[in-house]
Amino acid sequence: MRTILYIIQKEFLQVFRNKSMLPIIFVLPVIQLIILVNAATYEMKHIRVSVVDLDLSGTSRKLVSKFQGSPFYQVKHTSFSYAEAEDEMKKGKTDMILQVPSGFEKKLLTEGMAKVQFVINAINGQSAGLTNAYSTMILLDYNREVVLDNNNPALMAGIRTIQTDYSYWYNPKLNYKTYMVPGILVLLVTIIGLLLSGMNIVREVEIGTIEQINVTPINKIQFIAGKLLPFWIIGLFELAFGLAVGKLLFNIPMEGNLGLIFLSAAVYLFVILSFGLLISTVTSTQQQAMLVSFFFMVVFILMSGLFTSIESMPEWAQKLDRLNPVMYFIRIMRMVLLKGSGFADISSHFWSLVVYAVCSLGLAILRYRKVS
Amino acid sequence: MAIASVHVHQVTKQFNGTPALDNISFDTGNGELFGFIGPDGAGKTTLFRILTTLLLADSGTCTVAGYDVVKDYKAIRNICGYMPGRFSLYQDLTVEENLRFFATIFGTTIDENYHLVKDIYQQIEPFRNRKAGQLSGGMKQKLALSCAMIHKPDVLFLDEPTTGVDAVSRVEFWDMLKRLKNSGITILVSTPYMDEAGLCDRVALMQNGRIMTISTPGEVISSYPLSLLSVKAGDIYRLLGELRAYPGVHSVYAFGQTAHVSFSGQQIERQQMFDFLKSNNHASVEISVIEPSIEDCFMELMNNPVEKQTN
Repeated sequence: MRTILYIIQKEFLQVFRNKSMLPIIFVLPVIQLIILVNAATYEMKHIRVSVVDLDLSGTSRKLVSKFQGSPFYQVKHTSFSYAEAEDEMKKGKTDMILQVPSGFEKKLLTEGMAKVQFVINAINGQSAGLTNAYSTMILLDYNREVVLDNNNPALMAGIRTIQTDYSYWYNPKLNYKTYMVPGILVLLVTIIGLLLSGMNIVREVEIGTIEQINVTPINKIQFIAGKLLPFWIIGLFELAFGLAVGKLLFNIPMEGNLGLIFLSAAVYLFVILSFGLLISTVTSTQQQAMLVSFFFMVVFILMSGLFTSIESMPEWAQKLDRLNPVMYFIRIMRMVLLKGSGFADISSHFWSLVVYAVCSLGLAILRYRKVS
Repeated sequence: MAIASVHVHQVTKQFNGTPALDNISFDTGNGELFGFIGPDGAGKTTLFRILTTLLLADSGTCTVAGYDVVKDYKAIRNICGYMPGRFSLYQDLTVEENLRFFATIFGTTIDENYHLVKDIYQQIEPFRNRKAGQLSGGMKQKLALSCAMIHKPDVLFLDEPTTGVDAVSRVEFWDMLKRLKNSGITILVSTPYMDEAGLCDRVALMQNGRIMTISTPGEVISSYPLSLLSVKAGDIYRLLGELRAYPGVHSVYAFGQTAHVSFSGQQIERQQMFDFLKSNNHASVEISVIEPSIEDCFMELMNNPVEKQTN
């Protein structure tokens, strides 16, 4: 036990002597939280619209002003030629064309029906879908007003609407940041844990210091414990630091028990650290370890549900995702922080992590050899 | 004092079919300074790694201070000091931190065994707050030796401790080894420098994974079967070629600016060779009779292996 303490002491000495280490520990989380949380958003704020109003009537202007008044739209360009508007979109200057045909008002008042056209740039399918949904909502709203304003019996007859009232649970304002911060924190803990632990042992191999360690009476368990515990502590500290930054900068909700978060993090870090250790046993230079870690990290993170929802993945991918430790921890974080879930709610995720930790740590210890 | 001798019996190790050690056997005495002399690739490091339990031999048995290197590897790790050929301390820790770390993981303290490393450590103590990576080559070796010694080992393995160290530091280093030996520690040291062989109690000359001979440096030299001439002339390249063609010559090797010519018995007359070289337009020819050095013996053994001596 004393030996483990000496190794931990030595590791901390080295970590804090490393000039790039302190910035990584303290600056990285802040920058990641600020940049990623603000940048990685699906909210559509500035849909750039090109308006082609060929009717120029009061009714059509009212429709255009509806778009102008919405915080989501920005009328960037007006023209009387559809071709010109299309050119703008081709140049990438607008995201959507709103075309009102001539005779729009007349048709609406006499026939009780008229058409407008939305042309949406759908290179990014997700944002195109959202743009369409927003635009349709505005149009519906506009429809209702037209009917009431004109008090036109021909229009009144067609109106049979069902009003839906909705509220969003656990994130009532649909604040994307609230959703992102817990995920970004997981990302942070994962990067710190996986890269630092794996690289640390390989570094001893690369520099040759492992040779000197191996002829000492330090045994395998002491060495691994001495190597993992410092990064386990740093990882937990990192999470606490990140949570504090999240609370201060983004005022993220903390509905559930923080103890539960740290309990899960403690287990999760063992998974990640043993992964790093495992990688270090199959590589012989820091560069190799870095590349292998990156490969796993990218796959784990992209499939973790951080950016895209797991439920919309194909079934085989969802099944595969059961092997993804990042996924479990992101779920636990979001459930506890946003929903206030208790242990019973997250227990299946939690125990999955425990099983994962035991397996990966066992495998890593088994694989690690002092004798070449 | 515990029995601190090393016994190696018919040890063989191959790397992907290439033999690194080929049927090696030797025994060291208690408190002996035993040298392994041989060029790079002779198998010295492999042998040391097997003895320090870092590598498993393919066959054969080794004991260090009475402990088997396979069965009792844990015991060996407590009583051995090992200084790898490559500097293997933490370069980002200071001199003192390195020493303290290695003391503590062996369950001891610097104070407890300070007398052991005092002579060596005193020389680097003024730099004790300097990072190990910023030390000079000689100081690094002194620190490495201190770290290998701090737990009071019974047997010390030093793998090429003087490689890459300047001549003055090398002499100092061997002086330190002498003093350590006097305190009863068995020291096994390897070196590619033949001139260091004379400083050991006994040496094993190694080549291509085999031990060619084991004896005291004096015996190695006295068992040299030939006579030697040292020949010096302006054009060393032409000289070597012509000497090799000279009748009665056994071998010719370049030693810096001179050629060592070996022959058996008294077949070669100095004056005759002098005249021959003069007639071949060599300027400033000097010929003298010399005593063989370890290097001459090594060259001879390398090219004309005799039956391995046992003593």
